[in-house]
Amino acid sequence: MSGAGNKNVTTATTTVDLTKIKPYGDTLNDGMMQLSFTLPVPYGEESNEAAKILGKKMGLDEPAVVFSKDLGIGYTYFVLYGKCQHTVDYTSIKVTKVEVDVMDRLECERYIEENIKRNVVIVGACSGTDAHTVGIDAIMNMKGFHGHFGLERYHGIEAINMGSQVPNETLIAKAIEVNADAILVSQIVTQKDVHVANLTNLVELLEAEGIRDKIVLVCGGPRISHELAQELGYDAGFGAHSYAEDVASFVLTEVVKRKLV
Amino acid sequence: MKSKLNLDPKVIDSARSCAARIAESMQTFIDRHTTVSTERTILRLLGVDGVDDVDTPLPNVVVDAIKDGGGLPKGVAYWMGNTMIQTGLEPQAIAEKMASGELDIMKLPMASSEEAEAKILPIVEAALEKIKAQTAKRENYLATIGEGKKPYLYVIVATGNIYEDVIQAQAAARQGADIIAVIRTTAQSLLDYVPYGPTTEGFGGTYATQENFRLMRKALDEVGEEVGRYIRLCNYSSGLCMPEIAAMGAIERLDVMLNDALYGILFRDINMQRTLVDQYFSRVIIGYCGIIFNSGEDNYLTTDDAYEAAHTVLASQFINEQFAVLANIKEEQMGLGHAFEMDPDIENGFLYELSQAIMAREIFPKAPLKYMPPTKYMTGNIFKGHIQDALFNLIAVWSGQSLQLLGMLTEAIHTPHLHDRMLSIENAKYIFNNARALGEEVEYKQDGIIQKRAQFVLTEAEKLLHEIEKEGLFSTIEKGKFGGVKRPKDGGKGLAGVCVKDGHYFNPFIPLMLGGAK
Repeated sequence: MSGAGNKNVTTATTTVDLTKIKPYGDTLNDGMMQLSFTLPVPYGEESNEAAKILGKKMGLDEPAVVFSKDLGIGYTYFVLYGKCQHTVDYTSIKVTKVEVDVMDRLECERYIEENIKRNVVIVGACSGTDAHTVGIDAIMNMKGFHGHFGLERYHGIEAINMGSQVPNETLIAKAIEVNADAILVSQIVTQKDVHVANLTNLVELLEAEGIRDKIVLVCGGPRISHELAQELGYDAGFGAHSYAEDVASFVLTEVVKRKLV
Repeated sequence: MKSKLNLDPKVIDSARSCAARIAESMQTFIDRHTTVSTERTILRLLGVDGVDDVDTPLPNVVVDAIKDGGGLPKGVAYWMGNTMIQTGLEPQAIAEKMASGELDIMKLPMASSEEAEAKILPIVEAALEKIKAQTAKRENYLATIGEGKKPYLYVIVATGNIYEDVIQAQAAARQGADIIAVIRTTAQSLLDYVPYGPTTEGFGGTYATQENFRLMRKALDEVGEEVGRYIRLCNYSSGLCMPEIAAMGAIERLDVMLNDALYGILFRDINMQRTLVDQYFSRVIIGYCGIIFNSGEDNYLTTDDAYEAAHTVLASQFINEQFAVLANIKEEQMGLGHAFEMDPDIENGFLYELSQAIMAREIFPKAPLKYMPPTKYMTGNIFKGHIQDALFNLIAVWSGQSLQLLGMLTEAIHTPHLHDRMLSIENAKYIFNNARALGEEVEYKQDGIIQKRAQFVLTEAEKLLHEIEKEGLFSTIEKGKFGGVKRPKDGGKGLAGVCVKDGHYFNPFIPLMLGGAK
């Protein structure tokens, strides 16, 4: 990039008022947003008007329907642009994140040798009715995902992937049998909040067994946030773009921190 | 036809005959056994339907009573035939009286097997007539209103509520869809019974029930007549009730059913003995009534790597093909599966995908191949996702795929919204129309990347099949050769429902269906 370009970048960022940010289209504070949605009314002038009115109610100035299409059952699909009037105070935002220094695989292995000095046992499953193992496989299986090896590959970690549709009771029984240090639960299906009920059930069962304190409890999935996980009584939650080393770093640090060694 | 990929026909023949021997060796095991779901299927075909006062389906009530009485090795067909002789009642009335506790069929006098079989034969024939009438109705539709061009546009609905599904399915048909699949609720594959009646609650899908099948069939016939195109209906003949759902599909005129000899074992941890026995009857039914089955090899690539594991897909396609041959399924009904799941970051990944798709087409020339969209590397970036789906569509039309399960730009986010489906249909129609004859125009460089990739995958598949033949299929699965998933022979769900037949066992449907009765 040229020097002039760099200078522009500097100028742009210095003029942003972080207490009042709004969307950026091609000019700072133009508020430009793109939306697409369907309204349950027939295609035509009236439905376009309905979409624009909705845009206004959402706080979009100058809403423009740039495309609309008849969906075939008396419903209409819209692509709409508008200028957002609302602003956000960026300086006042606080987000709960998993607080851990992420170690790579070799660092994790060294950490186990130096601080734990025995195999760490991790049991994982897609528990409840969920049949989608893509998440738990990405974290646990040897191959891992996207060039990040899974926990099975880690020296010093004994990773047991129980697969899909494992009843929470079975998962806990296994954890007790192998004296697990950590349980990983993956939840992909979130329709009608089925994951919340299932995750809550697991915590309740662990508490009933009296082993909740002795286990590092982690959940993950594309719609899982650390905040949700903590609300549900988990030690951590990992969302999309998490890899085995993120989970391992947390579990190992937690084992040491909580003196579960 | 000359292979554009320069595939060696000797290697193809060797792989195919190897798969045939693997399937035949399993057939010996299959023929010795029956299962609770196979027996319930016989009852469903005999017209037993409905539930008792605690919502247990009557086919379960009857089979459980026979199993508890130690009579399963003789088969329910015997017990039904015998009870008809002793009481003069029809199968449905027998089941109802058993459910209410008025009748214990295990305590009746026992006629010979021949007498029982003769007694039940008219009912069996009437059931087959009913199925034949449905098949004829499909053929009539295809001959009069016609169908869409291949690749058929295949979309899913999955609201959990059959009435909402109907609205979405009709919308999709009006937008251009040729096949509607109703995704099942997430836990159904592990239920050892088929729920009853219309349903409005489900997770990630809608229960497969006979009434739901009927409601959707009716809706698709209506919209098909309106748009002037027969709209095919797809559901899942898989899980613990694999053959029962095939029977329901035959009765309610489904056109496509997911059905795989190995899928349940690998991905639902259903016991392998149970699945292999169940898949046989389900496939006999599917073959008989003209349903296209879809095998699930695409799933291997969600758990294993699409580049490294490509040969396991081909090997499994050969095995699924040969199990289908044993169940008398025509090649035109073999919707062997594969998928566009390569990591988008692989350099020349598109070339490898193209090569594998053309390879499948050349090796299974008449099979209506099912091509599955990218899922594993869909990220939530809907704009990139739409492009991934576009590349997938381009390969499909180029390589002549038959059943194109359309990718959704919102894959990895939610079950498709109404307009997601419209956008995906628009994407496919645009590309299919624009590149319709591309495959006929293009040939491939001798020993170039595309030719070499297919030759390599075929060679590896042939090697794997020989290993499987030597090792045995059960043991191969135990070692995790498919999808990287290991399953023990006596592990998994449903083993308790497997039973060894006695010498007088009979299933009257199998010989008649295999013989193409009338």
